[in-house]
Amino acid sequence: MSIDRETVDHVALLARLALTEKERERLREQMSSLLEHINLIAEADTSQVPATAHVLPLSNVMAEDKVVPSMPTADLLANAPAREETYFRVQAVLDEE
Amino acid sequence: MTTTATPETETMMTAISADYEVVIGLEVHSQLLTASKMFCRCPANYAHAAPNSHCCPICMGFPGVLPVINHQAVEYTIMTALALNCEIPEFSKFDRKNYFYPDLPKGYQISQYDIPLSRNGYLTFTLNGQEKRVGITRVHLEEDTGRLIHLSEGGDPRTLVDLNRAGVPLMEIVSEPDMRSPEEARLYMEKLRSILVYLGVSSGKMEEAALRCDANISVRQRGETKFGVKTEIKNMNSFRAVERALTYEARRQIEELQAGRRIVQATRGWVEERGITVLQRVKEDADDYRYFPEPDLPPLVVSRAWVAEIRERMPELPDAKRTRFVAQYGLSAYDADQLTADRAWADFFEQTLKIGQPYADDAAMQARAKAVANWELGDLRARLNTDAIDITANKITPESLAELITLIERGTISGKQAKEVLEKAYASGERPDAIVAREGISQLSDAGELEGIVEEVIAANPKAVEDYRAGKAASLQFLMGQVMKRSKGRARPDIVTPLLEKRLQQA
Repeated sequence: MSIDRETVDHVALLARLALTEKERERLREQMSSLLEHINLIAEADTSQVPATAHVLPLSNVMAEDKVVPSMPTADLLANAPAREETYFRVQAVLDEE
Repeated sequence: MTTTATPETETMMTAISADYEVVIGLEVHSQLLTASKMFCRCPANYAHAAPNSHCCPICMGFPGVLPVINHQAVEYTIMTALALNCEIPEFSKFDRKNYFYPDLPKGYQISQYDIPLSRNGYLTFTLNGQEKRVGITRVHLEEDTGRLIHLSEGGDPRTLVDLNRAGVPLMEIVSEPDMRSPEEARLYMEKLRSILVYLGVSSGKMEEAALRCDANISVRQRGETKFGVKTEIKNMNSFRAVERALTYEARRQIEELQAGRRIVQATRGWVEERGITVLQRVKEDADDYRYFPEPDLPPLVVSRAWVAEIRERMPELPDAKRTRFVAQYGLSAYDADQLTADRAWADFFEQTLKIGQPYADDAAMQARAKAVANWELGDLRARLNTDAIDITANKITPESLAELITLIERGTISGKQAKEVLEKAYASGERPDAIVAREGISQLSDAGELEGIVEEVIAANPKAVEDYRAGKAASLQFLMGQVMKRSKGRARPDIVTPLLEKRLQQA
């Protein structure tokens, strides 16, 4: 099974990746071979195997609903590329709400 | 409290229902009233908090952090699912829903995809005296996003991000497309909100977006069995907005079809001020969210013992309370319905009634119950509605109301005087006993004095007296009114009525 350029572009858009022409072709080839490998795995008979939700044999790891202090806002904003007052500032986006 | 359809929407309804059927399903999101967030222990209540003051590396999505599920949020969701008659599978898990938007710091939302905490339930409400049942597809748990502020002043368009809300527990309740009118959608929302507030899992505040409603709506010709193309409507911030927006959208879709155009599957936003829905984005394909199991969170195994334990802790729900109010207190179905729609109103009623204990017998208790219901749903509600005040925040306490009713029952003050006392107590918070004592409010019960007034009234109103004697019973009410007027509202009606009747029978 091979992946076409359109699929590469679609996945790149979803991941917000700007790819060069060379990268597009390289990723197209790599994604194709990844899929081939997955198709190989898919041939295994798993009809008797329950679906796996998690790789560790754990369940019900939960915490009590108790507040602990948050991080100081100054620390939180320390690495932000841009801020305004105590807000993070980003490029204007269209409000979809 | 229950709202009613405005004449405006009723007119629209008639226009909708001629040849087309409306099909509506709702997706409701409710923040949960937990102390901490869904996957970290930052405070969940962000009201009045400075921007980005309730955040930590976990809800900010910093690398290398480990989220941990909030136990209380899971229990609240299971409790809601039980109240909505859902199945609770023994196994559930969380998934990542991937998309990029500045309100989502991790680049994905932790949600539940194919194995939600619950599914296959239903909710019922009353429509024109008939029970309507709406299927619940699922109730699942996820996390809220941050808040964006869009600014453009100074020729500097920019978006500011406050992540206090990011990671607050959010419960999603998805209905089947079982509703057939905007009114049904509103009634569904009202009933759902009532249940959530009863359970104590949600503030139910749509105006604060703690409770949100999105709708899928389509129309089809009557008799058609296939669904039409649907649109998704967002931004409906009140019960009234739900009904208005869906009424507008149903008519819009019908007009499109009648004009020979087709409906475009899209997300549309309700613009309250303009009373219309506007196109937000066209959905050509299903969104490509690339869900996959959340590797940071081990799955949940929901034992039957746990479910039973949660069921034990569930409070009485609106339907059960309404039935009990009719059976126990002898209230009318209407009064019971009005009192139980909102848990705070039902609690106020029962607290007021309890203060009057012990009662001589059931009849005395039920008479008191009727009086409490009348005052609470009458004068008090009118006052609260006018001033838009919450019953829990008003100055009339159950103690005050019980005291007021006792003053009437004992004959110390009349019903009319009680209305004035209520007004004063409502304004100042002073207790009725104190108001009555200070202002010397009392009823006139001295038979001699009342007879004198009756004589005066009869002498002054020969026409009414004649009418009464000629068989016009209504004249008695008029004469009673005159007695009340002359006594400045102080005459005790239960003493005046027989006096008046007796005097009228004499020539």
